[in-house]
Amino acid sequence: MASAPGVNYLNEKSGLWSWLTTLDHKRIGILYMISVMIFFAIGGAFAMLIRYELFAPGSQLVDGATYNRYMTFHGAIMVFMVIIPGIPAFLGNFIMPIMLGAKDVAFPRVNLMSWYCLMIGATVAFISLFYNGVDTGWTFYTPYSITTKNGTTWMVVGAFIIGFSSILTGLNFIATVHKLRAPGMSFWRMPLFVWSLYSTAILQVLATPVLAITLVLLLMERLMLVGIFDPALGGDPVLFQHFFWFYSHPAVYIMILPAMGVVSELIATYSQKTIFGYKAIALSSVGIAAVSFFVWGHHMFVSGQSEVAGVVFSFITMLVGVPTAIKVFNWTATLYKGSVKFDAPLLYALGFLFLFTIGGVTGIILAVVGVDVHFHDTYFVVAHFHYVMVGGTLMAIMGGIFYWFPKMFGRLVHDGMARLSFVLIFAGFNVTFFPQFILGANGMPRRYFDYIPAYESLNKISSIGAWTIGIGFLVGLFVIIHGLLRGEKAGPNPWNSRTLEWQTPSPPPHENFITQPVVTAGPYEYR
Amino acid sequence: MSSASSTASHFMPFAATKIAAGVDSLYYFLLVASFISCVLVIGGLIWFAVQYRRKYEGQKTAYISHNTALEFLWSFIPFVIFMVVFVWGWIVYYQLRSMPENGLEVAVTAQKWNWTFTYKNGRKSQGTLTVPIGQDVKLIMTSSDVLHSFYVPAFRNKQDVVPGRYTALWFRAEHEGSYNLFCAEYCGDQHSGMLGKVNVVSREKFDEYLGTEPYKGLTPVEIGQKVYGGACIACHGLTVNDVKPLKLGPTFYMLFGRKESLADGSTVDVDEDYLRESIVNPNAKVVKGYDAGVMPTYAGQLDEDEIMGLIEFIKTVK
Repeated sequence: MASAPGVNYLNEKSGLWSWLTTLDHKRIGILYMISVMIFFAIGGAFAMLIRYELFAPGSQLVDGATYNRYMTFHGAIMVFMVIIPGIPAFLGNFIMPIMLGAKDVAFPRVNLMSWYCLMIGATVAFISLFYNGVDTGWTFYTPYSITTKNGTTWMVVGAFIIGFSSILTGLNFIATVHKLRAPGMSFWRMPLFVWSLYSTAILQVLATPVLAITLVLLLMERLMLVGIFDPALGGDPVLFQHFFWFYSHPAVYIMILPAMGVVSELIATYSQKTIFGYKAIALSSVGIAAVSFFVWGHHMFVSGQSEVAGVVFSFITMLVGVPTAIKVFNWTATLYKGSVKFDAPLLYALGFLFLFTIGGVTGIILAVVGVDVHFHDTYFVVAHFHYVMVGGTLMAIMGGIFYWFPKMFGRLVHDGMARLSFVLIFAGFNVTFFPQFILGANGMPRRYFDYIPAYESLNKISSIGAWTIGIGFLVGLFVIIHGLLRGEKAGPNPWNSRTLEWQTPSPPPHENFITQPVVTAGPYEYR
Repeated sequence: MSSASSTASHFMPFAATKIAAGVDSLYYFLLVASFISCVLVIGGLIWFAVQYRRKYEGQKTAYISHNTALEFLWSFIPFVIFMVVFVWGWIVYYQLRSMPENGLEVAVTAQKWNWTFTYKNGRKSQGTLTVPIGQDVKLIMTSSDVLHSFYVPAFRNKQDVVPGRYTALWFRAEHEGSYNLFCAEYCGDQHSGMLGKVNVVSREKFDEYLGTEPYKGLTPVEIGQKVYGGACIACHGLTVNDVKPLKLGPTFYMLFGRKESLADGSTVDVDEDYLRESIVNPNAKVVKGYDAGVMPTYAGQLDEDEIMGLIEFIKTVK
């Protein structure tokens, strides 16, 4: 169905109902964008409250019980509702089918259903905000989560439902990659963003059901007193950690692999250069996904699991480091003899590489089992995973939004303002989280509402940095709104990129392409 | 030992055991290796980005798809480094977890939100573990409620304390001093208040400590004051202002002898019997405005002298 000129996915139908019942992957991507941004604002507000409370020792704002709820909401919202759906379900949904030259994903109805799963799950989880709170931390460790108050049930049920959103998206993406590639689009001609989403989808489909089962067992124990994890009922609390991390470690890669895909696209486009080691990057995504199933025990070095297990998990964790390092080297090498343009998306990609490298080397430090015994459950870990999750994934989301914004909305963002948002977020991020490495090395445990006076000055620096990040994201929001309303009109390919999504009008028509594209070359043929 | 609790401005806290010094050596190696890697990668990144910045539109770029030798090298070199630090970490871990045969054994019970240490001769201590310098000490630990984690930064050692099973941790302190003990596994409202101390003292002082009756020559009120400082202080205050949200439990200020309103709407006279019940069965009568299930039972944690002393102490808080 060829569309008339000027008709695109945004204006072909109008009204709220047309959005809520849409089967167009692009519109569903925008629905995800709006929901994830709202969840991010809520999770971010809790982060600001946490840093306000930790500005000084003692109680600044709330008591320990309330702080623990803030800490739990921040973690659970950011993990389950922002970072996991952030790139695959929002950017991936919008871009991936176009990158493949497809009209839509393989199962458009399932795609819409996965968004509703996220929204229903989020609504149920948010009930716990008002109903007695939930104070277990996002990890729901037993037996604490069995014995604490009722709000926990809502959050657990919410996470269970959100899990289906993730599974369905993964299923859809696997089918789309296998069945809907345009003529000529062989696997080795797929953009690296697609490769990363494909690896992620495998993880989503295989790992998330384990979380679902674990949460059901937890609920059975909470509500029906079936003894599984609570020793008072004859259960084993460490078993819960095995189950939980069997999902949640692969989940870490559900969060970071798509970000790596985004960065590959940004680096290639803004240096106008063939990606260095395309196959190595593509296969390292699959390799990371495979190995990530066998490293969960590094979250449990001091949990009471056996010493042998500790050493084995330390070894396998080192193996994940290798493909990760390969990617970083390849991106760096891609810039060599390129034509590098410092637009905001590239700055975000370079920011990603900077912060992810620090997150990566500190990950190796934590994988060294003899050293982790000291660092485990301290602020060193908090700093490490924020360097990976925020410094990595959120940097990539921001870069990806500004990069694909012209494609999504047909308008350019104000690049100067977007660069300002980068500077604020990047600087604020380092001010916030670098001191936390030092705090952790000096022994400050995580999830502390109060701390001894020795830790005060570094916590103050950290809080000031956090507010800088907050301002940076507000600037980013302003850039998006300004771009929507006032942005300059964009052509089909403002960045002179070679991937397929730029070879169709901006915004694309309902079925993505006016005529069916035929692929004759790889995605990064800049010659 | 001033360095044990000085400001958090060093790379690592004071190292009070030989193994801690070993952990530090490995950590410093990792830090230097990490720093060099970061300088190479991030430096290369910035160098390339600036060196090859776009000078004019349509600028031609080199077409370099891959370089097998280079790619092998930068996969192999990190792999070798990772294996070196893995084995080194394994050795340190082996030392941390190889239990001594003839150590001083101390039983540790964690509960929300304090630590109880019991020596072989029956001596008990709340919150403070006193050990002799230069002797292997083995802690046999369990929890009476949720997960906790025994963590002494100065020893670079940590072990989760799990209800329903025993976990163990050992150390040999080589420097006298008073070291922070943290709970490092999230355990609820007062998780960050579950603090303790490990006092490392000379052999003579330790023998003296172990041999003396902890409450010898003390009046019941003085006994109660000691018990309060170890077991109650995290949640119960002594002034009129020590109420929610500052403290989780009701204040002891002017408590004895008054009529207390309960959560179920009834009232109760605060007498010795009520106080005793609140210590051993705290959820039987919950004060209005406070939650059931927050305070754990102290039955078995405190003996009769201590409970009696505590009640006498509460009577004096005015």
